[in-house]
Amino acid sequence: MADELVLLNVWPSPFGMRVRIALAEKGIHGYVTKEQDLVNKGALLLEMNPVHKLVPVLIHNGRPVCESLLIVQYIDEVWRNGYPLLPSDPSRRAKARFWADYIDKKMYGPGRQVWLATGEAQAAAKGELIGCLKVLEAELGDKPYFGGDSFGFVDVALIPFYRWFSVYEHFGNFSTVAECPKLVSWAHRCTTERDCFQVSS
Amino acid sequence: MATGEEVKVLGYWSSPYALRVKWALKLKAVEFDYMEEDLTNKSALLLQLNPVHKKIPVLLHNGKPVAESLVIMEYVDETWKQNPLLPQHPHQRAIARFWAKFVDEKEGEEQEKAAKEAREHLKTLESGLEEGKPFFGGESIGFVDIAAAWIGVWGEITGEIVGIKLVDEEAMPLLTACFQAVLQTPLLKECLPPRAELLEHSKRFRQKLMAAAAAST
Repeated sequence: MADELVLLNVWPSPFGMRVRIALAEKGIHGYVTKEQDLVNKGALLLEMNPVHKLVPVLIHNGRPVCESLLIVQYIDEVWRNGYPLLPSDPSRRAKARFWADYIDKKMYGPGRQVWLATGEAQAAAKGELIGCLKVLEAELGDKPYFGGDSFGFVDVALIPFYRWFSVYEHFGNFSTVAECPKLVSWAHRCTTERDCFQVSS
Repeated sequence: MATGEEVKVLGYWSSPYALRVKWALKLKAVEFDYMEEDLTNKSALLLQLNPVHKKIPVLLHNGKPVAESLVIMEYVDETWKQNPLLPQHPHQRAIARFWAKFVDEKEGEEQEKAAKEAREHLKTLESGLEEGKPFFGGESIGFVDIAAAWIGVWGEITGEIVGIKLVDEEAMPLLTACFQAVLQTPLLKECLPPRAELLEHSKRFRQKLMAAAAAST
């Protein structure tokens, strides 16, 4: 039976981008994307993600999977013969999950505050964000990817936020390349070397 | 336990997150050494093993640290294959991970501050249970049960302090029954902190939070 795949998304979502990258890395292109209206949420979204009512949602043969990092893990487990997104060793898998969790818990919130807040709240968020990016850069070290030699789970988790760096820089008045040059090199490497970024989105 | 296998857990007596790790290891019959941390004076070992968050729990397995309770639970499940905590099917695994994440996002220890909201989220969590199946894991205790059942104890204590019934048998009968079934399992019950001490600890914690909130207004 041919798999039926539907992605509920909004095009600017970095979380949705994680799913699109994961599918591309597995060589899966035959899926339908349904662009959502997050102001007037449609019946399908409310049915498929009744708890959070958020995108992305991947609907596989009628069954929904929610939360971007969980969707990426799901994709990795279902299409296990494709490009591996998570390592096979439990200790390395734990490390990958830890850092993906760090990105969501520690980076996303401050990033958003830098963009949307003003005054003291924004200043505090900027400090947190830069601190977080430096921690991530330290974890990357001199490896080409967070996964080591191969593009993997943490790279997928973080790279969609690269296009947000310019937003953070603009509103936060700082330079990512000055603060975290290795992280910016990593981002360039991902976007120039991975096939999935050469496909127009 | 295989010879030469070293399993240590750094935890704190009142932490539900440390409890999750103990429960996961107990259900797998994995022997471990437990080390109680003084969170007011964190050990050099904790700071070395979890430099990013400096928090418990941390699992140390043959010298390799794993941090973050849900990450640890997945690691435990993948390393010791007996008594699987997560289901086999990828979609069911995704659902289990979803509810475990929901518990973390909505029912953190700060439920003291937002008890009414926490109660609503518990009603949502109830929808993850199926009538006729005692646990989130189905017929046996699984990933979400381990991730969530602490609420049966901590929720009751919070409820006593703030006067709101968090785990309400009438509003959430399946959840109440599930938590009770997990908490009464002898292997898991013996890991629970003493209730009276937990109540005192929670009261002091709440007083500190309220003092901090008052000081900042």
